[in-house]
Amino acid sequence: MVIELEKLTKVYKVGVEEIHALRSMDLAIGENEFVAVMGASGSGKSTLMNIIGCLDRPTGGRYNLTGKRTDRMGAAELARVRNEHIGFVFQSFELLPRTTALGNVAMPLVYSRKRWGGRRRRAKQALVRVGLEDRIRHRPNQLSGGEKQRVAIARAIVNQPSILLADEPTGNLDSATTVEITKLFTQLHADGQTVIIVTHEEDVAAHTQRIIRLRDGMIISDCPTSEDPMHIAAVERAYESARAAREAVSNNGGNGAAANGGDESC
Amino acid sequence: MLRFLPQSIMLALSQIWVNKGRAILTSLGIIIGVASVTAVIAGMTGLKTHVLDQFADFGANKVYVFPRNSREAREAGYSYHDIRMNMDEVDGMLDKCPSLARLTPMGEFYTPVSYGERSQSNVMVTGMRPDWHRIEGRSVIEGREFLPIDEQAKRQVCIVNDKAIDELRLPRTVVGEYLLVGGRRFQIVGVVETKEVGALFGGDRAETEIFIPHSTAWKMREPGLYVIAQTSSPDVTEEARAEIEFFMRQARGLHADDPDTFGVEFIEQYVEQFKQMAKVMTGVAMGIVGVSLLVGGIGIMNIMLVSVSERTREIGLRKAVGARPGVVLFQFLIEAITLCCVGGAVGVLLGQGLTLLISRGGGGLQDAYIPPWAIVMAFGFSAFVGVAFGMFPAIKAARLDPIEALRHE
Ligand SMILES: Nc1ncnc2c1ncn2[C@@H]1O[C@H](COP(=O)(O)OP(=O)(O)OP(=O)(O)O)[C@@H](O)[C@H]1O
Ligand SMILES: [Mg+2]
Repeated sequence: MVIELEKLTKVYKVGVEEIHALRSMDLAIGENEFVAVMGASGSGKSTLMNIIGCLDRPTGGRYNLTGKRTDRMGAAELARVRNEHIGFVFQSFELLPRTTALGNVAMPLVYSRKRWGGRRRRAKQALVRVGLEDRIRHRPNQLSGGEKQRVAIARAIVNQPSILLADEPTGNLDSATTVEITKLFTQLHADGQTVIIVTHEEDVAAHTQRIIRLRDGMIISDCPTSEDPMHIAAVERAYESARAAREAVSNNGGNGAAANGGDESC
Repeated sequence: MLRFLPQSIMLALSQIWVNKGRAILTSLGIIIGVASVTAVIAGMTGLKTHVLDQFADFGANKVYVFPRNSREAREAGYSYHDIRMNMDEVDGMLDKCPSLARLTPMGEFYTPVSYGERSQSNVMVTGMRPDWHRIEGRSVIEGREFLPIDEQAKRQVCIVNDKAIDELRLPRTVVGEYLLVGGRRFQIVGVVETKEVGALFGGDRAETEIFIPHSTAWKMREPGLYVIAQTSSPDVTEEARAEIEFFMRQARGLHADDPDTFGVEFIEQYVEQFKQMAKVMTGVAMGIVGVSLLVGGIGIMNIMLVSVSERTREIGLRKAVGARPGVVLFQFLIEAITLCCVGGAVGVLLGQGLTLLISRGGGGLQDAYIPPWAIVMAFGFSAFVGVAFGMFPAIKAARLDPIEALRHE
């Protein structure tokens, strides 16, 4: 297993109040899985991702990453783990504004202990993988939202991490770009990458193999995407509304464009 | 950690470049501090060079050995006649005092000198050996110097100074002319420049000077003697003093409780005093600089704290992709040091400008220049300020929690 969580809890203290963001969570994710984490706002998705990404520490329980316990690691060791095992994609991209795409992508290599043969070459390869070979010298303000997120993804995979984590990577993108970015994750997964992605959109989740649903810091459902009842229901709803729209169009004998539907799902 | 150095410096420079105006303003304390101290040091160095040059004119590494009838000696019953130096002492001294490179006896007497119709009644005539030219640094500007053969053969040759040419109305080409010195005919073989004795040594009276070989003078008069010697290097003055005193006391058969009947004096004694004074003044300047660097340092700390809070998200991101706390600390420390060193560089340039201004002023400051050690020191101090005042902001940056940093703003 790449990720093993055992009775993992996270409690935030705000004044005297305790907020249980994660409650005794058990979870295992294996190599080359493609997982969607879903749930209402405040259900603990980001908290979970931050702990998996070693950006934050659990309050209790165990977290083993590639078989190693992380709860006893110091700040420096965690930084090393983040560098070598984790690729994190943020909703708000988090690119350095005055640095080129190449420079942004190369940044994790700077902090890497491994002697990569030529940082620029490696960073360029990562940019090629996300389809941005002709945007290498662009600065973030010269890139579209989708391109920015591609740069961020290239930066996340440049160190060949054990897991690629993305917390609402398409949250700031329009639907067309969302499809592109989702396809990119699908491609990376097909190339062997373990991917965990937080999303609110069933369209995005439709590309994954497994959906984990959270509520109030607990896992309320964890099953293959094709068997997830909520997902199936959502897909059917979308299919119904798309058909209704189509029928409405044909009944009117009009030539309107086809509605966006979720009918490409399983 | 050192492998992050080039990239940290590049990052720091680009950061400074982006905030040029702010960087200049915050490092103003350092700029002014460094500029003023380098200018002061340049001035002091110039003054020192100037004064030492004067000493060098006067003769470097020079020792005077002369009969001295001190109070103790008088009380012990010595008369002036008893303590005269003799030629055995002169010749023995060079043998027995290895720290001395060369010496010449000096025999001075006053006598009438005439050239044709023209005469002066009381001219100082000095008997000396050829080494005098080396020791006094006075070579001839016309004709030739004295040679050992002049000394050995007790020749009746003389060297005159410029002043003598004026006073005695000598023809333009004096070499080869004859003077009557103390009733004897001396052929002029060379001319030396009249020495303008620096104001530092209380003289600018230029007088007619006639120099003749010492052996010739001795044959004429046996004048009172003193010795001018030169040590082999400036570092051996103490040895030279000990050797001379030991030799003289032995030569004169003085017992342990007998007073000295001679004096030994070094030009360097005065040089040392001056150097001491220069050191004190430089020290005071450094103190002033210390204060201004402290003020500058606080400015640096302030701006680094601003920088850390402005770049909180960036710090969070760098940590998220694997920058260890130590690396973040290092980066911000390097940034503070770079900022200070850039300030130091501007300060040195400004100091160079001030130095040029100062050196226009003259008055011994015309030789003002910034010695390399002062530049090294300026950068050393700047870097120190960077470390001292950049440490707190850097620690702050290093301790930031990645999640909170990424959530900032
Ligand atoms: N730093 C914090 N201090 C206190 N409470 C926090 C902190 N971070 C998160 N929480 C709380 O923990 C709970 C889970 O938050 P989390 O950010 O994980 O939710 P989420 O599922 O990512 O929501 P969203 O979909 O809106 O991003 C929430 O109730 C939130 O208020
Ligand atoms: Mg969230």
